[in-house]
Amino acid sequence: MKLASLFKAGVAAALLAGLGAQAQEIRIGLLTTLTGPLAPLGQHVRDGFNLAVEEEGGKLGGFATKVIVEDDQLRPDVAVQLATKLAERDKIQILTGVIFSNVAMAALKPAVENKVFFISPNAGPSQLAGKQCSPWFYATAWQNDQPHEAMGAHLQAAGVKKVYLVAPNYNAGKEALRGFKSAYKGNVVGESYPGMNQLDFAAEISQIRAAKPDAIYVFLSGGMGVNFTKQYAQAKLVSEIPMYSAFTIDAITLPAIGDAAVGTFQSNLWNADLKLPANEKFVQTFQKKFGYLPSNYAAQSYDSARLIAAALKLSGGQLTDKKAFANALRTAKFDSLRGPFAFNTNNFPIGDFYLLETVKRADGKVEQVTRKTILSNARDNYAGECRMATL
Amino acid sequence: MAPTLFFEQMLNGLQLGMMLFLMASGLTLVVGIMNFVNLAHGSLYMIGAFLAVTVLMQTGNHLLALGAGIVGTALVGLLIEWFIAQPLYGRDHLDQVLCTFGIILFLNELARVIWGSAPLRMDVPEWLDGSVDLAGIAYPVYRLAIIVVSALVALGLHLVITRTRLGMLIRAGAADRLMIVGLGVNIQFLYALVFAAGAALAALAGILAAPIYTVQTGMGDHILILTLVVIVIGGIGSVHGALAASLLVGVIDTIGRVTLPAGFGNILIYVPMAMILFWRPRGLFPSHG
Repeated sequence: MKLASLFKAGVAAALLAGLGAQAQEIRIGLLTTLTGPLAPLGQHVRDGFNLAVEEEGGKLGGFATKVIVEDDQLRPDVAVQLATKLAERDKIQILTGVIFSNVAMAALKPAVENKVFFISPNAGPSQLAGKQCSPWFYATAWQNDQPHEAMGAHLQAAGVKKVYLVAPNYNAGKEALRGFKSAYKGNVVGESYPGMNQLDFAAEISQIRAAKPDAIYVFLSGGMGVNFTKQYAQAKLVSEIPMYSAFTIDAITLPAIGDAAVGTFQSNLWNADLKLPANEKFVQTFQKKFGYLPSNYAAQSYDSARLIAAALKLSGGQLTDKKAFANALRTAKFDSLRGPFAFNTNNFPIGDFYLLETVKRADGKVEQVTRKTILSNARDNYAGECRMATL
Repeated sequence: MAPTLFFEQMLNGLQLGMMLFLMASGLTLVVGIMNFVNLAHGSLYMIGAFLAVTVLMQTGNHLLALGAGIVGTALVGLLIEWFIAQPLYGRDHLDQVLCTFGIILFLNELARVIWGSAPLRMDVPEWLDGSVDLAGIAYPVYRLAIIVVSALVALGLHLVITRTRLGMLIRAGAADRLMIVGLGVNIQFLYALVFAAGAALAALAGILAAPIYTVQTGMGDHILILTLVVIVIGGIGSVHGALAASLLVGVIDTIGRVTLPAGFGNILIYVPMAMILFWRPRGLFPSHG
């Protein structure tokens, strides 16, 4: 009798212990773009996140973490399916990895419906910063307009009188230029909106030359940015009409652009040469492990992992009390690779923006060098519209 | 628009048109003579660029890269002709479209597997890197070189097609395929030759474009669409039609993009295509096929 009840107690204890161990495993869905022309961005995001988990030996914040990687193919319909699958079948508690805003908007609904925290390492759509802000959504990089605004602020402060603008003919392109114009109050002498898959910008460059601006501001991502910069340099305009940009020239596209980018300027929230101990260590470890230089996408993703780790530590790995974890996310302190980090009332970051210049080193290698801080503790323009609900 | 700007834009349009001609001349012959709708033509453009970049990275020699790219792609063209096209001759165009569309997807993924998804760089050769003063504007030498090379190719094609026996067979095949089969011409050889030549021309276009555009998987997709517009306007099977239509499309696209509001410029080229389909469905220079 005694043996039997001891045995039952033992089994019960083992079951409870097993259940306890089960509840402790953190399951994170990493939904990012791994195919298509912008796949390199997803690769950086995935590798950045995995590096953080690996550094803690398969844990975040001291708790065993499982990362499930999925490819959204830059398609919102696929993203909805995958977010639903991750939430309902894989039972993730946190969704991350999303780079593009259209994917983010699509994946948000399944996340919220399943009470999954959505931590975006890159996508920062204005709707989620403003009217549609959600207690489930956290952006750890920026609101999409900010790097454009930063460059606009820089050109305004530098007294540049006439600017010509180029962005792709779609929503994000137009929003980007609106963001630029919110800070730049000088004379916009012309605007070009090339089509999304346009490869040849000879016509646009001829227009720029004829308009005689003091500088150009460009937002052209991926292959478009590579093509434009190369062609702009071939037209011998880089020193004549300086090129300022965001999301166009970075560690991912620079190898494909090469010398053509020398003498151009970019705004970014991070650069490999930022003098922070956490950053120097990150760049070294990343390069050693993966064999290539991290871009800001890798750094942002690593940051989001470190934020999750800090929040987990603060909340004791407890994810069932959603309110407590949300609090932990908002208040946890971690060493961000970009410098100072804090959340604004709309769950978007308050952070710095830097001016980068692309230079050629003595050994012939082309790289981006941080010149100055353009904006300190910058807040996005949409926080005022956010009426944050409580969990 | 100021006269110098207009002149510069016309030059841009000419250059785009000549590049399109290299693509369109090959495709129009394949479609016209072999009655084979080869959507994978854009992939041959991509393969030419990738092969050239790879050889350039290994050897640093631009001319070697050019040669290797053209020859290599011609060989790939022969493989595609032998294994994919031959079983589909005489079949419904839809079957050919489905099959070659599948080839596009396959080759795009294969390119990603072999070369990765990040764009590759090919620099303009040093002896072509510079600008020339034309009527007060500094026009890149390389773009002028593209115009010159394409014009020479056009001249060469013209001479082959109008002055040689092979050219005669090609014109005859475009006009009436069944007749030349009936006359005992080795049609297998002719088809393989035309396909390989088309592949070589596409590769040349891709390699010339590589220093200006990125070399990346999927780079052939956009130019394929423009090429199809060109051959519809020019007339299937006619190289002269391809030349006229390429220049037309090149200039309309360029001027449209800078004079019309955003978005309209990109769709402007479909207007002449629609007009041609409506009023002269066989194209500007039909080959009586």
